[in-house]
Amino acid sequence: MRAQLKSVKDLEAQRAACRQPAQAAKPCLSVCTGSGCSASGAHEVIEALRKSLERAGLQDTVEIKSTGCHGFCEKGPLTLVWPEGVFYNRVAARDAKEIIASLSNGRRPVERLLYQDPATGNRILREDEVPFYARQRRILFGNNGKIDPKLIEDYLRVGGYAALARALTELSGEQVVDWVTRSGLRGRGGAGFPTGRKWALMRAQTRTPKYIICNADEGDPGAFMDRSLLEGNPHSVLEGMLIGAFALGASEGYLYVRAEYPLAVEHLRVAIAQAEECGLLGDNILGSGLSFRLKLVQGAGAFVCGEETALIASIEGRVGEPCQRPPYPVDRGLWGQPTVINNVKTWASVPVIVNRGPEWYAAIGTERSKGTMVFSLVGKINNTGLVEVPMGITLREMIYDIGGGIPNGKKLKAVQIGGPSGGCIPASLIDLPIDYEALTQAGSMMGSGGMVVMDESTCMVDVARYFMEFLEEESCGKCFPCREGTQRLREVLARISQGKGAEADLKLLEDLSWVVRETSLCGLGQTAPNPVLTTLRYFRDEYLAHIRERRCPAKVCKQLITYSIEPTLCDGCHACVHVCSSDAILGDKDAVHTIDAAKCIKCGACLEVCQPKAVLVT
Amino acid sequence: MSTTTEVEALLGQRAPRADELIAVLQDIQERFHYLPEEALRAVARRLRVPLTQVFHVATFYNCFSLEPVGTHLVQVCMGTACHVRGAGRVLDRFLRDLKLAEPGTTGDHEFTLRTVRCVGCCALAPVVRVDANTHPHLTQAKVPGLLKKYRPKEKVLEQAAD
Repeated sequence: MRAQLKSVKDLEAQRAACRQPAQAAKPCLSVCTGSGCSASGAHEVIEALRKSLERAGLQDTVEIKSTGCHGFCEKGPLTLVWPEGVFYNRVAARDAKEIIASLSNGRRPVERLLYQDPATGNRILREDEVPFYARQRRILFGNNGKIDPKLIEDYLRVGGYAALARALTELSGEQVVDWVTRSGLRGRGGAGFPTGRKWALMRAQTRTPKYIICNADEGDPGAFMDRSLLEGNPHSVLEGMLIGAFALGASEGYLYVRAEYPLAVEHLRVAIAQAEECGLLGDNILGSGLSFRLKLVQGAGAFVCGEETALIASIEGRVGEPCQRPPYPVDRGLWGQPTVINNVKTWASVPVIVNRGPEWYAAIGTERSKGTMVFSLVGKINNTGLVEVPMGITLREMIYDIGGGIPNGKKLKAVQIGGPSGGCIPASLIDLPIDYEALTQAGSMMGSGGMVVMDESTCMVDVARYFMEFLEEESCGKCFPCREGTQRLREVLARISQGKGAEADLKLLEDLSWVVRETSLCGLGQTAPNPVLTTLRYFRDEYLAHIRERRCPAKVCKQLITYSIEPTLCDGCHACVHVCSSDAILGDKDAVHTIDAAKCIKCGACLEVCQPKAVLVT
Repeated sequence: MSTTTEVEALLGQRAPRADELIAVLQDIQERFHYLPEEALRAVARRLRVPLTQVFHVATFYNCFSLEPVGTHLVQVCMGTACHVRGAGRVLDRFLRDLKLAEPGTTGDHEFTLRTVRCVGCCALAPVVRVDANTHPHLTQAKVPGLLKKYRPKEKVLEQAAD
């Protein structure tokens, strides 16, 4: 049972209790149990650590904590040893014994579990010294690895709800809006609308009730920062919404979360329940007179619900079809009432701004894009994971300094930024500083911050086709240009990738793209052609190779490639024969094998298993 | 308990209001792994929403299914990160091994294969989610072993005997 916090004084007393020195000094093993590390076996690691602790008789002196996502999912499960902050990566259950032994063994870290810098070969002791983290500025994600997201006390310990207390006692609602405006914060959902301007419009609305919504329908494939923040630090989002409720005069809020993120849903449920228990949600919060309730709504699997009017329809229990804007939700939103919808990271930025002040926040970033942005750096890159960096960082820094370059000595070809609404930025623009304007100029957009790195073995026609297939499926079908346009675009792209395209198709793609962009009802359709237009703009040669030479330079498009075996390299090991599901590989063991092209279904299974790399794709 | 009584019990947990429609359907989907026709009718009656609208919502959102699903739900992530790291080949392998022409349910009702757009584990691409477990770094070579893990023992033996 938690104590009700009836005033700011209560809150500070509670925080002081959470910071008891005895608590802080206790040695602690924190294991990341975000979705990524969990998939890599984090729960087995915790179980093994617990057993080893018991065997060593240390269960009462060492604490085991499960924390949220650190962002370096590739190297998971991640485990940190406190108070030293020793950072272990790729920990397995079988390592538990050695880790526990090291605790009493003069506390010498287990060398082989430390991160090894691929450039120097050196082992790195602490997380913040790992190159992946060293260049980051984690103002939103910094606490993710430090707290147990299922304990409000942990959030209080690191300074949680201090911004709310400050807003309630030192600032007026108008001042909060003014601070958000002066901070230069722009919507982190993708479009980059100035948050302060949206809030000022909402504040001017006199009709009540007013609603605020957190858009956590992170639908962009390749983006998972919202999931990570909700899983790892849900109270930071709740605190942002509480400050928003105070500033905007909203009495009710909604968190709209994708159902595909079960762990985020669970952690939010716990966070809401604990905040209610402490009196941080409900009536007369901290004795300030503010009353605010928060409801969690699970999405039902529709990408279009990330669009704000569709999201509202979905909360109201209807199909997620967007409406014409204006009227904007600020005028007529949920149940026809004034409503502000902001992205997860936008809400989580608000406590930071209130704590540190608008000038501090505005000093980070570029002239028109302030603060930090979170990117998910994935695809063909060595260090995949979540990266929080100041706006204005270049692609080069992202990919080489933080991302550690492209694996297997391959060459960078393009970076797809912003999900299906974004575009492909070619390697030639690697020194592009990343902010809202620069990306839009390059034909892409910030979007949700998904950053999929592509190397020379990624086919750009295939990528364009992939996104169009996605958008065709996810188009809600309400307006004609998007419904039919995405379908036709996908058909033309499929034709080209099958080697059946004509040069006139390129003009057709451009014309169709123009129509879909200019005439679609909502953002989904209006940005749908971006992947096509950017690939056409920067990789026209690749389209032409498919059309003129019936050749896929990246060797991806199935109809345009053949598999064969290089006789001088084949050692007759038979591994490919075992995995071939169409019996297309001929040859006895220890003799040179051949592939029967008529039978081959081009699944690539042989390529995966061939040790001497004798399988060729041409 | 019959389906109808169970549906009624689930309905009783939510307010009988139209805005609860999606939440109610999610409850039913979670319990039965699909939406039985009688459940849709019961929902329409209870929430006073036209059956056409219930059907509209049930067919619009990806998480609902009108067909019963198999014992195990295999979801192959087709997000961008998984796509560029070969999710298509993994999907093809599942289709071949489960003897399906396209995603759907196997004849013995053991598996339902679906594609999903991003489960947010992009750093571990390509990933597959089977029931509540996420399996990272899939290759087609790992597919048979993975399926075997979820197949009931006697079926594995039967197959071996074949």
